[in-house]
Amino acid sequence: MTTVTRRAPHQGVAPAPPGPPKLTFRQRLSVADVKWSPYLYIAPFFVVFGVVGLFPLLYTSYLSLFDRDLLDLEGTFIGLGNYTELLRDSQFWTALTNTLSIFVLSTGPQIVVAVGLAALLNTRLRAPTGWRVGILLPYVVSLVAVGIIFANLFGPNYGLVNSVLEIFGIDRIDWQGNRFFSHLAIATMVNWRWTGYNALIVLAAMKAIPKEIHEAALIDGASAARRFFSVTLPLLRPTLIFVVVTSTIGGLQIFTEPKLFDAMPGSNNGGSSNQFQTITLYMYQTAFETQHLGYASAIAWVLFLVIIVIAIVNFLLTRRLASTGAEDDR
Amino acid sequence: MRRNQRRALAGAIALATAVGLTACGDSGASDDSGSGSGQIELSIGTFTEFGYEDLLKEYEATHSNIKITHHKTGQGGPYHQQLLTKLASNAGLEDVVAIEEGHLSDVLDKPHLFNNLTEIGPKDVKPDRWLDWKYQAGTSKDGALVGYGTDIGPLAMCYRKDLLEAAKMPTDEASVKAMFESWDSYFAAGDQYVQATGKAWFDSDSQIFNAMQNQLDEGYLTKDDKLAIESNKDIKSNWDQVTAAGGRGQTAKLVAFSPEWNAGFKQGAFATKTCPSWMLGVVKEQAGPENAGKWAVTDAFPNGGGNWGGSYLAVPKQSKHPKEAAELAAWLTAPEQQVKAFEKTGNFPSQVEALDSPELLAFTNDYFGDTKVGELFAAQARKVGKAQYKGPGDGKIQENATSPALQAVEQGKSPEEGWQQAVDAAKKIVK
Repeated sequence: MTTVTRRAPHQGVAPAPPGPPKLTFRQRLSVADVKWSPYLYIAPFFVVFGVVGLFPLLYTSYLSLFDRDLLDLEGTFIGLGNYTELLRDSQFWTALTNTLSIFVLSTGPQIVVAVGLAALLNTRLRAPTGWRVGILLPYVVSLVAVGIIFANLFGPNYGLVNSVLEIFGIDRIDWQGNRFFSHLAIATMVNWRWTGYNALIVLAAMKAIPKEIHEAALIDGASAARRFFSVTLPLLRPTLIFVVVTSTIGGLQIFTEPKLFDAMPGSNNGGSSNQFQTITLYMYQTAFETQHLGYASAIAWVLFLVIIVIAIVNFLLTRRLASTGAEDDR
Repeated sequence: MRRNQRRALAGAIALATAVGLTACGDSGASDDSGSGSGQIELSIGTFTEFGYEDLLKEYEATHSNIKITHHKTGQGGPYHQQLLTKLASNAGLEDVVAIEEGHLSDVLDKPHLFNNLTEIGPKDVKPDRWLDWKYQAGTSKDGALVGYGTDIGPLAMCYRKDLLEAAKMPTDEASVKAMFESWDSYFAAGDQYVQATGKAWFDSDSQIFNAMQNQLDEGYLTKDDKLAIESNKDIKSNWDQVTAAGGRGQTAKLVAFSPEWNAGFKQGAFATKTCPSWMLGVVKEQAGPENAGKWAVTDAFPNGGGNWGGSYLAVPKQSKHPKEAAELAAWLTAPEQQVKAFEKTGNFPSQVEALDSPELLAFTNDYFGDTKVGELFAAQARKVGKAQYKGPGDGKIQENATSPALQAVEQGKSPEEGWQQAVDAAKKIVK
């Protein structure tokens, strides 16, 4: 790149550069081809993104400044009114807390278990493909089926989980009514589905770690655990960051699981007192059930900002954590 | 600028529909392009089963210039959501749309989105075709008829004969009717049952509370659309009565239609159930063959009668052929047609004449001991008083304010805390 720019101005003492050379139409076409075609080729993505990604994003921000119901003919401009109301809305804070709690309960254990699973899968196993497909199976199962089955398992009166707990002499748990246990049940659903998927991504990254490094560590007398923490984990850093950021985005948008977990079919309430209503569920309910479109747009934007902030925090955290113990990571 | 906003929204939704739901792209009023000789294409949108398939063919056969496309959606929830979105985007709706009673209050205060059927409908369709309360409920505040009534869900009481016997309670016709005479006698019998068996009397607080609420003169909103949940003392006293009975062990704490509720039918977790006509099928399916002959239904309901469910056919303003659409809707909701639909699906007709038809009166249900359920529910339908005014948000208050709050009480909240939760939630819905 730099060499090109250096060569471009005509060398030293040459007379003033001549005007642009006359080009024929065909030449101009081919210049245009070289110049603009690449943009044309990548345009479809940006056009589609603009239509279904950027436009809704911007339009939502516009809409969030209005007091407008779904079937209203027109909205009333209220500036940041929706946002100030949102900050005073206890249901919003409940939903935000629920979301974060479910997110922590799901993403945390999920990544630890996924790395562990990947490490196990990375050892010498018979029929490795079988195992790998096996842990991916939950991911293939329809989310709705998962939701219905887990809601059944965690039924407070006739659910299997409570029956098993009773056999062991443990008290029945109100998986629907109790806030923490409802989060735990939903997080279980999320973990069951996503752990295998993340394990495979981590496994791919593990496979890519050069053998030589491990061998060198082995010769230096490092134990298996030491090799895992000092070699494997630091080298997994970019992958872990990817996994953490994507599961942050997914985890903060949990919708189907809590919706299907509600005993009342089709309900968006997230339990009798919103004890497991997530932000997306609250947003959906506000937009399409309560039909306060402007207010729902404000929720959507706040959720967007929350996700960005938490993703950045996670990014920094993961970079920190995964680099400890690494000899040099620059 | 405001107009622009609306346009842009319509554009956004239309776009989303076009991109995301291409499968539905062809829905809505089709232009009468092609086949020049006055050929008109009509479309009709329904959910679950209306039993209209054969009827529509019959209509096409007698009206050679009309071609009908029928869009069926499996579930009511997604159907009504689509309905609202398409109303908002002012495009994509069918010429005739079905609207369920519970969702009607969402659109009844926006009559400008629908054609007034008294204006465009056939002149021979008179209000006396329907039960008065059904007709009134389909009329907006300013008198526009938004929908022709199709079916209804008159309420009766279902009960487990064997469980009552086990509790040493009388099961003969007269005693059971006396038990279901009023809410006081109903809850008193519940106490007796709980004491004798230690088991629950009804499935959940909210199922009872909703039935009581629907018997009040006014709903959750007053006629001028002000929230009445605090000002109307009857609502609170119903609340107190139900939660007290629930607190004494009368509720099985099973949320209606949940998997646990289904299991409750099999387990005999409760002895009575508020039973609209369509509930008989649900009871049969959930209780299963092993409980055949144990359930009974009687033409008594505490404090008179009530209604739960039923639909309307409306013609949205978007329709390109409103007159023809209204004619079709009027024909479908005529007594003869609704009796045929009843024979097919069991949807109970809302037309006065249909309630007297021999086909309906002779209808029996073998799961409920060959009871003449046609006659029974026709009698219950006539017991329903006048239509309760349901303002915008009424259905949502029931679904998202009082029902969850009653569930919270069942899960351990005090009735007073639960009441506060319901009031707060209702205030948020109607703001």
